[in-house]
Amino acid sequence: MNGPAATVDRIGRIVLENVEELGRILLLFLSALSWMVRPPLKARHILKQMEFVGVKSIFVVVLTGTFTGMVMALQGYHGFRMFAAESLVGSTVALGMTRELGPVLTSLMVTARAGSAMAAELGTMRVTEQIDALAVMAANPVKHLIVPRLIAGFLMVPLLTVVSDFMGIIGGYFVGVQVLNINSGAFMKNIYKYVTLGDIYNGMVKAACFGLLMAIISCYKGFNTRGGAEGVGRATTEAVVLSSISILVSDYFLTAIMF
Amino acid sequence: MIQLVDIHKSFGKQKVLDGLNLTVEAGMTTVIIGRSGGGKSVLLKHIIGLIRPDSGQVLVDGADIVAMNDKDLNEVRKKFGMLFQEAALFDSMNVAENVAFPLREHTKMSNDEIMEIVRDRLRAVGLTGVEEKMSSELSGGMKKRVGLARALAMQPRIVLFDEPTTGLDPVMTEAINQLIIETQRAFNLTCVVISHDIQSVFEIGHRVAMLYDGKIIEYGTPEEVRSSRNPVTVQFLTGSTEGPIQIL
Repeated sequence: MNGPAATVDRIGRIVLENVEELGRILLLFLSALSWMVRPPLKARHILKQMEFVGVKSIFVVVLTGTFTGMVMALQGYHGFRMFAAESLVGSTVALGMTRELGPVLTSLMVTARAGSAMAAELGTMRVTEQIDALAVMAANPVKHLIVPRLIAGFLMVPLLTVVSDFMGIIGGYFVGVQVLNINSGAFMKNIYKYVTLGDIYNGMVKAACFGLLMAIISCYKGFNTRGGAEGVGRATTEAVVLSSISILVSDYFLTAIMF
Repeated sequence: MIQLVDIHKSFGKQKVLDGLNLTVEAGMTTVIIGRSGGGKSVLLKHIIGLIRPDSGQVLVDGADIVAMNDKDLNEVRKKFGMLFQEAALFDSMNVAENVAFPLREHTKMSNDEIMEIVRDRLRAVGLTGVEEKMSSELSGGMKKRVGLARALAMQPRIVLFDEPTTGLDPVMTEAINQLIIETQRAFNLTCVVISHDIQSVFEIGHRVAMLYDGKIIEYGTPEEVRSSRNPVTVQFLTGSTEGPIQIL
């Protein structure tokens, strides 16, 4: 095959491989959904994953949310000061956090912390035949391993997003009111005026979608790991990269639909 | 009884099993030998439905598991126990939880009843006082014993062993061999063992099958296989580098 034909062939193969992988992720997701509604649910496993994804991510989410709110206030203040609208800093921070930065940054942080761990743990279980051992003992691996992680991602990422939103506003308030001397009443009044419950709710819906995406992609990558320690490392990296890209791309479409 | 009929399996362009036929007789230990990477583990995974063949039948007590759905396959799997090469203990659980896992999964026994069985199975494999240990705290030999205890937890009729003595010192190898012999007798098990260790093969096997080029080329009692004139079998058993088996 000559140069251009070989390039087209290579591109075609890459596209086909990616479409195939997307299909396999979707099939795994559907399989997990079907196991989700079949009792008994493994409550202990679900709670353990909720603790891992949710409770243990609080610190990093609080830190990210707080500093993002602080930076937004700082940047917003310099912009709004040009036309004497500093009091809008509060509502800008709150809207930015609830609609966009809260869900996206929280999901990315949870992906980095919990998604990578999911892929690594399941990948290690795959290469050490623990997943085969589950199947041999007539215990469905999807029900035991993927369903709890999916539920945890779906439930905990929105809750963490609310924490991030709150901490972002607190951070913005601290910088805006305490450091930059914006009037406290005006700061809060504009938040109440421009931010609706719908903003927070839609942000949580986005976060729930991101949580599902992160969990299913990480589980898929871990579940299909091949080739020992190197394979586990590769699966972990791919899980984080693909989850992050999926979150950012789907964010655009969700935003276009919701707001 | 387990029968594999005309099994073909390829991974990509690599043909691993090529029209394989094998009958595993009930109440006996059948040892499968063959070179590394020759498809022995793939064969074992076909027997328990972890891998489905491209074509052929896997009959367990007359029922073809290849055609079964997951639910029916899981029912068949309850007849089996399996000891994996590295034991495959769940590293998030301690020893007792590992052994108790199939019992919690498939029975409605009380915790006390389950723990009684756990202690009994651990005693049967020569382990006591290790219930609370995590798998990372166990030696290779102990892991395999715990793996065997877990495989025996549901009182299976058939136990599959994937290279049970690989990586163990000679003393522990002999201990595991004795354990396989004793448990096979005590529970009247049908065992399928994959092994490279020639001494172990003739010690534990009632029947020996030689896998080569995707087929069973030799099958019989240990004495029959030992006295075989098939050049492949002779080369494999003597460990010679000269002969039809290519060194890759």
